[in-house]
Amino acid sequence: MRAIPHLLTGAVTTMWITASAVSIGVVIGVIMGLARLSQKTLLRTAARIYIDFLRGTPLLVQIFIIYLGLPNLLSVVLGHPYPINVYVAGIMACGLNSGAYVAEIVRAGIQSIDRGQTEAARSLGMTSWQTMRYVVLPQAFKRIVPPLGNEFIAMLKDTSLLSVIGIEELTRKGQLFIAVTFAPFPVWAGVLLMYLAMTLTISRLVSMTERRLAVSDRRD
Amino acid sequence: MIAVTDLVKVFGKLEVLKGITTQVREKEVVVVIGPSGSGKSTFLRCLNFLEKPTSGEIMIDNISVTDPRTDINRLRADVGMVFQRFNLFPHKTALENIVLAPMKVRGLSREEAEERAFALLQKIGLSEKADVYPDSLSGGQQQRVAIARALAMQPRVMLFDEPTSALDPEMVGEVLNVMKDLAGEGMTMIVVTHEMGFAREVGDRVLFMDEGRIVEEGTPEQLFGHAQHERTRNFLSKIL
Repeated sequence: MRAIPHLLTGAVTTMWITASAVSIGVVIGVIMGLARLSQKTLLRTAARIYIDFLRGTPLLVQIFIIYLGLPNLLSVVLGHPYPINVYVAGIMACGLNSGAYVAEIVRAGIQSIDRGQTEAARSLGMTSWQTMRYVVLPQAFKRIVPPLGNEFIAMLKDTSLLSVIGIEELTRKGQLFIAVTFAPFPVWAGVLLMYLAMTLTISRLVSMTERRLAVSDRRD
Repeated sequence: MIAVTDLVKVFGKLEVLKGITTQVREKEVVVVIGPSGSGKSTFLRCLNFLEKPTSGEIMIDNISVTDPRTDINRLRADVGMVFQRFNLFPHKTALENIVLAPMKVRGLSREEAEERAFALLQKIGLSEKADVYPDSLSGGQQQRVAIARALAMQPRVMLFDEPTSALDPEMVGEVLNVMKDLAGEGMTMIVVTHEMGFAREVGDRVLFMDEGRIVEEGTPEQLFGHAQHERTRNFLSKIL
């Protein structure tokens, strides 16, 4: 019971780190998703490499290379120590990783929109950007919301990996508390339930958003 | 006003258009008929560059569609198109569908665009459906809105790609009536259709296409009454 306030502060950290990481992920994901569908080969290839690289390597190693590898590289190149803030590193690693997954979600969402929509818009003289902005993206967005919710939940759970670089999020708080009390079961059970409470809240929010978007479809 | 010279379109190994040459005068209504796979739709889609011609030249109002220096978006703004499957924007109401391009492409204010849209909705008899989403409209109503959407750009030419082929039979008439009115107002129109009644009644000229070529063209009387080619007579005997 004494563990609860302790774990709650960890849960708060988990939440804001996840929110920051997913926000970064969405920005990167939209850009990369669009780049992936670009007419320009260079953009397409760059996005492809980014996505393959970040999806094809473990997040844990990505966290290590940004928190420990990058400062090391910079200090060698610049000739003096270059420490990186652990939160900045953690959020960056998770955000960059999330961006790769979101990019694929965005690409699939855009590609799921009937080609006739683009043709109709272009036949009216709209540019490809206007077509994206006013016709394709608003429709794709509705289809993107559910998988984006899944990505949010996956990210929330993955932030537990940040415990290894010492960020005191929920998992790390649990570890630290057990070191004091030597009572693994109640503490880990508490950690588990807190993760569950957070992921369930997110999936509720996502279904609510989905329903609201569906309603705006038919207002008659 | 439209001049097509030796238009060829190849998809992979398939030569869909094998050299189309024809002209369309201002205010003329040209109806394109022919069996499926004859290249009618591809021909139409080349005219506003939805398909990129493999070779040949297309001039609309003395602007070359095929010249890479031509601003294709500006050209398309003047060439309206109506699709077989309507392609209304499902996330926008009928009114929003109509005002979008005039505002974004022509730079009209919302008031100007809506004024124009309401006039068009009245013309197609759907004033009371302005705030309805496409999903709640019948096929015939959707296609009429799609026509209004194209007309809101005040195009110089209208292209119709089998506009009634996806409709239930009882809705074909309402769409054809809108098109008839449009022809009566002097709109230049190119219509790909299987509606021979429309071709006969409204068409100034009928083109019969088969296997990527224009086999025969003439007035509806000439084509439907005294077709010169065996293939034309064959096609007409099956469809009439």
